[in-house]
Amino acid sequence: MAKVLMKGNEAIAEASIRAGGLYYFGYPITPQNEVAEYLSRRMPEVGGTFLQVESEVAVSNMLYGAAGAGVRCWTTSSSPGISLMMEALSYIAAAELPCVIVNIMRTGPGLGGILPSQGDYRQAVKGGGHGDYRSIVYAPASLQEAVELMPLAFDRADRYRTPVLVLGDGMIGQMMEPVEFREHEFPPLPPKDWATDGCKGRKPNVVNSLYLDPVKEEELNRKLVAKYEEIARKEMKSDEYGTDKPYRVLLVAYGTTARICRTAIARLAEEGIGVALFRPITLFPFPAARLKELSRPAEFLLSVEMSTGQMVEDIELAVRCRKPVHFYGRQGGLVPTPEEVVDEVKRLLAGAKGGAA
Amino acid sequence: MKTIFKRPEALADFPTHYCPGCTHGITHRLIAEALDELGLRERAVGIAPVGCSVLAFNYFNFDFQQAAHGRAPALATGIKRGRPDLIAFAYQGDGDLASIGMAEIIHAANRGEKFTVIFINNAIYGMTGGQMAPTTMPGQVTTTSPFGRNVEDVGYPFRMCELLASLRTPAFIERVAVHRPKYIVKARKAIVKAFRYQAENRCFGFVECLSTCPTNWGMTPHKALDWLEENMLPYYPLRNFKDPETDENPEPAQGGGDAS
Repeated sequence: MAKVLMKGNEAIAEASIRAGGLYYFGYPITPQNEVAEYLSRRMPEVGGTFLQVESEVAVSNMLYGAAGAGVRCWTTSSSPGISLMMEALSYIAAAELPCVIVNIMRTGPGLGGILPSQGDYRQAVKGGGHGDYRSIVYAPASLQEAVELMPLAFDRADRYRTPVLVLGDGMIGQMMEPVEFREHEFPPLPPKDWATDGCKGRKPNVVNSLYLDPVKEEELNRKLVAKYEEIARKEMKSDEYGTDKPYRVLLVAYGTTARICRTAIARLAEEGIGVALFRPITLFPFPAARLKELSRPAEFLLSVEMSTGQMVEDIELAVRCRKPVHFYGRQGGLVPTPEEVVDEVKRLLAGAKGGAA
Repeated sequence: MKTIFKRPEALADFPTHYCPGCTHGITHRLIAEALDELGLRERAVGIAPVGCSVLAFNYFNFDFQQAAHGRAPALATGIKRGRPDLIAFAYQGDGDLASIGMAEIIHAANRGEKFTVIFINNAIYGMTGGQMAPTTMPGQVTTTSPFGRNVEDVGYPFRMCELLASLRTPAFIERVAVHRPKYIVKARKAIVKAFRYQAENRCFGFVECLSTCPTNWGMTPHKALDWLEENMLPYYPLRNFKDPETDENPEPAQGGGDAS
């Protein structure tokens, strides 16, 4: 299929339809409204369901209901709206229901602003809702990658019976890029024999997260942990740039900031400074093993984020604090420029040489 | 030998945890009878709320989902929009539906979602130990209104049927009571009708069941039945508020009216 020029939010919407995500519930919030606007026209054409409802709280609980009934459902929102979804997300994880939630992050905390941010890293990666659970988290850095990750997100949600988050930022949602929708093939999925879709010919199914018996609740917790360990073994995804050449500094960045880092690396190369980039595509599971490997030749690592450094602790854990991990970021919707990253790398290199503390 | 009374197939053979004198059991049975009568058991998905009936999934013999507090109508919306062939119903108490879940119930009714809501109004929070509910009667003593519900301070109890009947969207809305056999017969008819309308894909259905809570009201079961009759019936009139069959051109219903 030929490439088409699309806005990020619309590309995500189309990719989800093609991945069979035919049940969408949503609530308006900037900067992701184009998803719902696109789907409100497109879903009737493909026999899908688009429904704008009363709140993000309701949206996420509709996902619980629809996923529980065995259909492929999803939603999109932005940071404050995602916070409201955390109630049901915890229930969805506990009841082991598959669904996909896209967060086109805006600034915060609070109402924040509508400009791009990566301030929801911790909420997405460490849990977000109450209780002991995780979600698979994908972070696309281009629209092409976003349309590739949507079918994967739906597949993995079904395969592991878990919520999957796609963490984009306002840039990913709002910018236009050429995208190509390719066919994706996945191994057959297990049947949804747990779904509440009518008990004809079988015993009743119950979709539930209530465990009053502490032994049973602990069993669930351990079952979930075993699932997350399996996900960590099998589902880590990352990308790297410039690691085939000698490098003194390893940048770590995901999403939009990773693109900025690539430009900065090209400029630094012109000045003869070898810098490489490690880009996690899954934020949970965090691709720690590969990062540790790549950190060996580097003098230090630099995390570049549109937050106050929420990913730094995961990088430090990955390299077991054997290498210094620095941070450079902008907040409030300000996007780091390649020049800023170049300057920061040089400043740190000069500091490292001078032996300054 | 002719069977004249048996456990409905839709009701599980499982002892309930409900207190002596609680009317949940009656309403559970009415739902089970209705689903059996209409032949809907194998397509049914019940939704248990947060409240005393949180474990309702143990007491019915068909598929169930358990919801977050107040969100049963959102789950039901997800189920029906995903699988319109299923028969979904939300079983909700007064705190669940009329307090924390107020937005979900009003919007589901206004969208005309094709599912059924069985609303248990016993004027109190049961499971958490007898706190004031949005439907607690004026002057009623609860653990959080120890001097009686002061309407100057916290307003009057919500009349959910009247509230929902004010919406323009067609619906079946009826208030019934389950404290005396003569009312239970009417309650059964309303519940059957609500499920029938859903099976015909006609409209949203809402049946409010005035119920007792002897434990948290601090009364014997018998006294609780009388208390409901004397205190709740005058404030919560038993009647049909909306029916697509009789509402040729449904207009917003007027509040109050005679018990029918």
